[in-house]
Amino acid sequence: MTQPLLTVRDLRVEFPARDREPIAAVGGVGFSVEAGEIVGIVGESGSGKTMTVRALLRLLPKNAEVSGDIRFNGADVLAMRPGEVRGLRGGAMAMVFQDPMTSLNPVLRVGDQIGEAIEVHHKTRRGTLRQRVEALFTRVGITRGRERARAYPHEFSGGMRQRAVTAMAVANDPALLIADEPTTALDVTVQDQIIDLLLDLNQRSNTAILLITHNIALVASLCRRVLVMYAGRIVEDGPVEAVLRAPQHPYTWSLLQSVPRLDREVERLAAIPGQPPDPSMPPAGCRFQPRCRFAVPRCAEAEPPLDEVEPGHHARCWVLMSNLAVAAQ
Amino acid sequence: MTIVAETAISESGMIARPRRRRRGSGASLSLAVGCVLIAFVLAGVLLAPWLTGAKPLALGPDTLQAPGWAHPMGTDDLGRDVYARVLYGGRVSLMIGVVSAAVGVALGTTIGLIAGFVGGATDEALMRFTEAFQILPRLLVTIVVVALLGGGIGKVIMVIGFLSWPATARVIRSRALVLRSEEFMAAAVLSGASWLRRIVRHALPNVWGYLLVSASLQVASAVLSEAFLSFLGLGDPDRPSWGFLLQQGQLFLQQAWWLTAFPGLALAMIILGLNLLGDGLATNAARRGRR
Repeated sequence: MTQPLLTVRDLRVEFPARDREPIAAVGGVGFSVEAGEIVGIVGESGSGKTMTVRALLRLLPKNAEVSGDIRFNGADVLAMRPGEVRGLRGGAMAMVFQDPMTSLNPVLRVGDQIGEAIEVHHKTRRGTLRQRVEALFTRVGITRGRERARAYPHEFSGGMRQRAVTAMAVANDPALLIADEPTTALDVTVQDQIIDLLLDLNQRSNTAILLITHNIALVASLCRRVLVMYAGRIVEDGPVEAVLRAPQHPYTWSLLQSVPRLDREVERLAAIPGQPPDPSMPPAGCRFQPRCRFAVPRCAEAEPPLDEVEPGHHARCWVLMSNLAVAAQ
Repeated sequence: MTIVAETAISESGMIARPRRRRRGSGASLSLAVGCVLIAFVLAGVLLAPWLTGAKPLALGPDTLQAPGWAHPMGTDDLGRDVYARVLYGGRVSLMIGVVSAAVGVALGTTIGLIAGFVGGATDEALMRFTEAFQILPRLLVTIVVVALLGGGIGKVIMVIGFLSWPATARVIRSRALVLRSEEFMAAAVLSGASWLRRIVRHALPNVWGYLLVSASLQVASAVLSEAFLSFLGLGDPDRPSWGFLLQQGQLFLQQAWWLTAFPGLALAMIILGLNLLGDGLATNAARRGRR
């Protein structure tokens, strides 16, 4: 097999704290993304998803200490000089923001903002630029591109802004598109259109997508592989069907139990008791152990490694759901 | 205040700009009055050669004549036409005002944007420097510097300009601090834009409104500073400004009121106009900000 597009090994993001151990927001994360693959990252707020992808683009705050190895297209991202990082951002690796309402500059015409994303990377003549912006609009499903390019963001609806933001992200045909909760701020019908748009981009241009989301249904319909993160660690990863149908880590299982389903009659949704741990005071042993229904004494003693449970499917647990009766229901 | 907003979805599917009708808006009244005053003074100053045949420096036989048909604003002690002197004097006053305000606003904007965006120790240093400039008694320093370096329009412009940037710098810095945390600035980083490009292309257009306010008030204050300097005798006799005319006229205050009244009126009109304009723009900007 050829080299993956993106390989992350033992990525750690730590924030030094005064008189204390540094706070680890991401503790030893490793994964890879193949060209043209859609990979999902799910987890609660504060589980380190956003920190992980920000590290990929070197967008972390100045006081963050990053270690580990990030290889993108064979290049060492963490060793890049500022100019190379700028060339990477919006070029081969692009990101779609969470909130399209605030990520467009209100005083610049939408077409100019998208044109600029192109111009930063390739010197382009004005006429050519205008044509390329119109072509991008067509690609993301904005009609009457010529007219809309001259409009300001406030003249766009929410869905159109998300399309415009997406157009900006794919302006330079990135090999990897990072989508940080691209649908959270949108209503359901628009969400659907954006998902179709992402799928279409993936299939037509073979763009790999790293999708960060809380939305498990979105992962199920879009991704081939999924990573589940909890408290700065990957607790489970594997093919979507395997992870969603037969989750091995109790956290993944609980997460799936808390999703409303129409095909089962349940009186109350099963919430996960407790709070995610404070990153400055992580629990001993397994990070999920204090909230875990299936914890055994060993869980508080040592943190389990991310072991392979079946080919391509890993879980970080001593117990494993497949060994428990509950999972069989 | 009543604001009637009508939002309509136009046929193109875009949300049309809401049409607003303001009733009894104080901001638009002061904007209108300010613009009329400025336009009136500006027209007189720019059209001077067509409004009078007289030359501002040409001496004449009739000295200290009261306003009449031959000389609409009278003549001074050397028989020079006051009407011509006021019209042409405005060119000097306004030129000094506009250029020195431009120097001040450009300097203030640059320093404010750098302080706001770079932050940290740079911000601290620049802001302390700005405060140090702000506590200087500006008129006193201007007088001392001009007295030491000598008059001349260029020097006066530079001195007024270099002493007037702190206000702009502080306003722009506070805007930059707000802009810095806006998501679209982060989006610009993400599209690979350099530091300079982010400031010039993305931040600057967001502060235009504040720059306009700042600039109109600065022009007013620069015109006044120049008048003050000339009044103290630090002006250029070959290029008489309104301040210079006032200084000349005060010797004859009891015999010839027209020597001071007309340049004084012109000065008052332009300064009032610019202040009303600045106020109106500021109120509008604040109202936009609240929405």
